[in-house]
Amino acid sequence: MVEILGVPAPALFGQLLLGLINGAFYAMLSLGLAVIFGLLNIINFTHGAQYMMGAFTAWMLLNWFGIGYWWSLLLAPLFVGLTGIAIERLLLKRLAGLDHLYGLLLTFGLALVIQGLYRNEFGSTGLPYAIPAELRGGQNLGFMFLPNYRAWVVVVSLAVCLATWLVIEKTRLGSYLRAATENPTLVQAMGIDVPKMVTLTYGFGVALAAFAGVLAAPIYQVSPLMGADLIIVVFAVVVIGGMGSILGSIVTGFGLGVIEGLTKVFWPQASATVIFVIMAIVLLLRPAGLFGRAS
Amino acid sequence: MRRSWLFAAAALAGTLLTLPAAADFTGGKVRIGVLNDQSSLYADITGQGSVVAARMAVEDWGGKVKGVPIEVVFADHQNKPDVGSNIARQWYDTEGVDAIVDVPTSSVALAINEITREKNKVFLVSGAATSDLTGPKCSPNTVHWTYDTWALANGTGSAIVQTGGDSWFFLTADYAFGHALERDTEAVVLKSGGKVLGKVRHPLNTPDFSSYLLQAQASRAKIIGLANAGGDTINSIKQAAEFGIVAGGQNLAGLLVFITDVHGLGLQTAQGLILTESFYWDLNDSTRAWSKRFAERMNGRMPTMVHAGVYAAVLHYLKALDALGSDADGRAVVAKMKEMPTDDPLFGKGEIRVDGRKLHPMYLFEVKKPAESKGPWDYYKLKATIPADKAFRPLAEGNCPLVK
Repeated sequence: MVEILGVPAPALFGQLLLGLINGAFYAMLSLGLAVIFGLLNIINFTHGAQYMMGAFTAWMLLNWFGIGYWWSLLLAPLFVGLTGIAIERLLLKRLAGLDHLYGLLLTFGLALVIQGLYRNEFGSTGLPYAIPAELRGGQNLGFMFLPNYRAWVVVVSLAVCLATWLVIEKTRLGSYLRAATENPTLVQAMGIDVPKMVTLTYGFGVALAAFAGVLAAPIYQVSPLMGADLIIVVFAVVVIGGMGSILGSIVTGFGLGVIEGLTKVFWPQASATVIFVIMAIVLLLRPAGLFGRAS
Repeated sequence: MRRSWLFAAAALAGTLLTLPAAADFTGGKVRIGVLNDQSSLYADITGQGSVVAARMAVEDWGGKVKGVPIEVVFADHQNKPDVGSNIARQWYDTEGVDAIVDVPTSSVALAINEITREKNKVFLVSGAATSDLTGPKCSPNTVHWTYDTWALANGTGSAIVQTGGDSWFFLTADYAFGHALERDTEAVVLKSGGKVLGKVRHPLNTPDFSSYLLQAQASRAKIIGLANAGGDTINSIKQAAEFGIVAGGQNLAGLLVFITDVHGLGLQTAQGLILTESFYWDLNDSTRAWSKRFAERMNGRMPTMVHAGVYAAVLHYLKALDALGSDADGRAVVAKMKEMPTDDPLFGKGEIRVDGRKLHPMYLFEVKKPAESKGPWDYYKLKATIPADKAFRPLAEGNCPLVK
């Protein structure tokens, strides 16, 4: 059997694939963060809580209303996105133009409150959410057993990431968005409703987090802490990719998932820290991040 | 005239009787600090439930010892030894706490164990698992009540080896608890003629176990031993099902599974798991009665064995204070606790050994199939009872310096 660094090649392929799957979640979450930061200039620390709300909304839809996974994929992001819009309208709007720190503190505080409320109601152990019947089972790829559901997660998140990138980079709407990021006053003068665009963008970024939450529900425990565990890693991904860079967040999301996956084979104990080590190195060599532009 | 003289004499006698006693209780009250995980992966196993259990013990005792009020305070150690140590020092030094109770997360418990010894207070362990607390690190100020890694290995580990599970791969939480549980289980496996094919150590609170499960799968071991707890165990079991581990002929051994974990997993996923606990709400009439009272205060949640251990340990602590008439000298209190036989509605009659280990039976349970369960929290079938003298590590094998 071919071995790479003492690990049989098939096992290594398996781990690479798993890394890609975890990277899919990083990519989708960091994408939402990048979009929000790009336009609102707000570091959205509530993102993890909103991801968790997505998973919980799916759970509630199933257990309280009998609405299954597929509708949840649509309804949960919609609902959580609406709460995001309310947050932007009622709170974040008032912070426009102030230092980053205010937005960071507000969203961090909100995240703690939301998590606390869910923990109070549902406990910390979390709740089970079954994999939808259509996606149960898996494929034997020869080098590993790939659960169908994980394959689905990679495909869907790649599609979502690609679509978001295309909309922002290639469409008229995207061009407004990018223009408003550069110079909101000028864009407003041309008759475009920038405040509404800002609100909708925040709603979209939040919906993206909730969508990832629904995707995650069958894999992980639906738990009030699921977002808090992930969000710090995702922030590291955004920083490594370059704050506000759409393409950067997608590529580094998947890339770091793979690196983390490999660490789990070669030095499992370090798997929780490897991303932060990379972040430190990248910040030393390229302070604006891998894909960021130095201002 | 005669009557008022009598009254005055009685009042004086009363003060004479109570005054010296009150003076022996530091700060004029008994203050019990519940220190555990209030917000993270062990919060349902310990958390507020332990606070409720401690308060129930105080109420059942009557709220006062020798006329001195008893108070329960609590704090969140966030599973970090540094945070836990700071709280413990502050509690002992400035806030008049006489005893610290619960403390899950073995790394934190080992730190509190040393601080309590240094300050000569009392440490009643329920949540932490490491058998080192009554082994090399044993202390005259510590009682380890509910369970430990040796008892878990001895219960679940040997039951599984006896039914043919003789080759193992460990998934171990990378800190004091996981290491101790892995070590104690490995010893049981090797002693019973089995072998260990490999192990992988994962950081505490890992969301994704697929990579480790794949490594376990590649080892072709018959049994994948989960030397972790709480959310880590839940995610391991859930994802093992997803990756077809059990369908592929390998079996999981949850070495530390609590009833809240089974509740979180759902019976569909958890069915058939073998596990060892020292308490289950549905064991007998008195456990059922107590658990019902507990659940009424906890939003319908049934107690874990950790909650039961907190209740029983606090109750026995108060008994010792009552017999001693003082809480000033932690070592004397623990010595009194060891001297008195234990008797409570949850663990029955028992004793505390010289190394600080509380002795009671352990139970081997199997998780019911969904069809067998009659309702929420009806999860376990009793498979075997391990008597108190067989359930815990023999005194001579622990290397505890207190044993001579």
